[in-house]
Amino acid sequence: MLQHFRPAIVLIILMTLLTGVIYPFAVTGFANVVFPHRAGGSMVLRDGNVIGSSLIGQNFTSDKYFRGRPSATNTPDPNDATKTVDAPYNAANSSGSNLGPTSQALIDRVKADVENWRKAGVSDAIPADAVTTSGSGLDPHISPAYALLQVGRVAKARNLPEDKVRTLVTGAIEGRTLGVIGEPRVNVLELNLALDALPAS
Amino acid sequence: MSIAGWLQIILVLALVVVVAVPLGGYIVRVLAGEHNFLSPVLAPVERGFYRAAGVDERKEHGWLSYTMAMLIFSLFHLLVLYAMQRLQNYLPLDPQGFDPVAPDLAFNTSMSFVTNTNWQNYAGETTLTHFVQMLGLAVHNFLSPAVGLAMAVALARAFIRSEARTIGNFWVDVTRSTLYVMLPLAIVVALALVVLGVPQTLLGSVEATTLEGAKQVISLGPIASQEAIKELGTNGGGFLNVNSAHPFENPNAWSNMLEIWALLVIPVATIFALGRMVGDARQGRSLLWTMAVVLLAGIVTLYAAESYGNPLLTALGVDPSLGNFEGKEVRFGQAMTALFATATTGTSTGAVNAMHDSLTPIGGLVPMFNMLLGCITPGGVGSGLYGIIVVALLSVFVAGLMVGRTPEYLGKKIEAREMKFVMFALLIYAVNVLGFSAASAVAPFVVGDSGYLGNKGPHGLSEIIYAFASTNGNNGSAFAGLNGNNLWFNTTLAFAMFIGRFGYVVPVLALAGSLAAKKKVAPSVGTFPTTGPLFVGLLLGVIVILYLLQYFPALALGPVVEHFLMLNGKSF
Repeated sequence: MLQHFRPAIVLIILMTLLTGVIYPFAVTGFANVVFPHRAGGSMVLRDGNVIGSSLIGQNFTSDKYFRGRPSATNTPDPNDATKTVDAPYNAANSSGSNLGPTSQALIDRVKADVENWRKAGVSDAIPADAVTTSGSGLDPHISPAYALLQVGRVAKARNLPEDKVRTLVTGAIEGRTLGVIGEPRVNVLELNLALDALPAS
Repeated sequence: MSIAGWLQIILVLALVVVVAVPLGGYIVRVLAGEHNFLSPVLAPVERGFYRAAGVDERKEHGWLSYTMAMLIFSLFHLLVLYAMQRLQNYLPLDPQGFDPVAPDLAFNTSMSFVTNTNWQNYAGETTLTHFVQMLGLAVHNFLSPAVGLAMAVALARAFIRSEARTIGNFWVDVTRSTLYVMLPLAIVVALALVVLGVPQTLLGSVEATTLEGAKQVISLGPIASQEAIKELGTNGGGFLNVNSAHPFENPNAWSNMLEIWALLVIPVATIFALGRMVGDARQGRSLLWTMAVVLLAGIVTLYAAESYGNPLLTALGVDPSLGNFEGKEVRFGQAMTALFATATTGTSTGAVNAMHDSLTPIGGLVPMFNMLLGCITPGGVGSGLYGIIVVALLSVFVAGLMVGRTPEYLGKKIEAREMKFVMFALLIYAVNVLGFSAASAVAPFVVGDSGYLGNKGPHGLSEIIYAFASTNGNNGSAFAGLNGNNLWFNTTLAFAMFIGRFGYVVPVLALAGSLAAKKKVAPSVGTFPTTGPLFVGLLLGVIVILYLLQYFPALALGPVVEHFLMLNGKSF
């Protein structure tokens, strides 16, 4: 038994150096030299300021912007550290709702969201991604159906013709690569950046 | 379900098999110490490690010495990881200034990584420093699968040797597994992930000002290097709280396919390796077919159940065409979520790209069932191979009882002593899962109104069963509505992981010792064939009967009853 102590200790130290130091630092070094933008989190700059990451969703609330999916992320309550308060798209604390399919809390939340869409004049079935939270709470994408549903509201808030906004959305739809790989989707931040870049009418 | 969805599933599985065949041969050569294309670079490193550690690579261990080496290695590593977490505020690479991890959480996390489980009671980005993630967790992500592979190869050697007293050298097996198998694959996959958009930086976070002028703090870190070995080593512990559902861990359909491929490829290759070692490729293929049938049945069930949607939400006016979408990401869709969830629990990975707690009852039953099988379809690195061999031994024993002959497997007679080890290993699983689940289900502080469950009704019971199935099977995925970061669950889950790993592998290594000492017998006309459809059918039958008998009552009270209540419009 004692003869195993030395190999155990020495191999833990050597393996820690190899796989815990050399490996991650070598990958970091290589990645930052060859792919600095991606290695740094695909940050999006506008006028030299970081406005977010193209991979991470943002909490859009204004009528002028396309909105992402509901988000279940939270943050510690500033008044009581043992509790949390809702903080949609908190990219420092990813989280899903973890509500099960028969959860009353899930049903109440979806019901309220569906009613809001009804009040906004939508009578068809609501796209599922418009009323469900994502796994990460940071989903950067929405489905084409959900994006198209918002065209009227955004066009009105921006005094733009609906056709112009719709064209922008259809152009922003990413399809399946080779018709197979991936899912049809729209990156909300990129769409909203394109919207801001439209010349005022 | 869609054609594009199925094509993606088939494409990933085909790519796994295409690479696993040559990789299996490579693993055999590496662990036999043969020269290979990486030897010019790695052989000097390997020799240096042995010299420093005082290891004589020609000296082999008997099963008891092999087991002691494995246990001592694991114990020391457990202590190191515990100490790192408790002292993380004094250690470097702490850009966010985290406090030390609480004792019960540190104990749980250490056990979680030593046992290749990677159950996450911690939230990566808000609890652990980069130092702990890189030098603590990521190192275990290399070594715990290497230990698994070592033990699987030791068991395979027991079948090919005749009247042998040794089953290999533990230190050599672990070193070779890490250097030649895990590390080169991890480097390739990590760089591919960076190309696909996974961050790899020493920054802790970046502060952005969003388009609407709000502040958004975005957590970052050396994610790609950890992500690669997390999948390849069937570990599953995420750098970030929501694991591979996080856009930084898994930014697009391509990274998702790569990650699913990575978590399947070594376990599948190991099964092919067994075929090569015993000199009969059909032996490996028969085991693989058995695993594939269970895996494919799981994919079909999960994909169908999730695509149908949640009838309770459809009734509210939600379009069911995207399927049950709570807890899922748009970029993956139902097909690649179904494949990920099935593959991650068929292996002992436990990474998730959607929140399993929000799956439909039948959808959630699939990962739960995979883990109750002990994650053997196709299993974790190494653990899949020794897991399926244990079930195969039981199957030939059952067949032997039916025809009245002494059962044999791969040229070894299976007798009372071996069957005792097999039964011990199988029964300890049931006791572990059902015992802890039952205790938790009646504890008022767990199930009460201010308890630890995230959902009420039968789904609450599912959360408990899922947790112990996952920790016992060393999987690590969760129905994460369950609040596991408290004294009760930190402790019980840690013990479940300990028993699920070591309570299983010690009898397995004893079995290896017992088999190695036996004489190799040539197959005769009376030998029950362990290849072909008949054997696959027998193995499947034993799996279904054995595990349904053990777990059906528990599953009936959880996901099965929830399914029927959901169809009747009930909520909790």
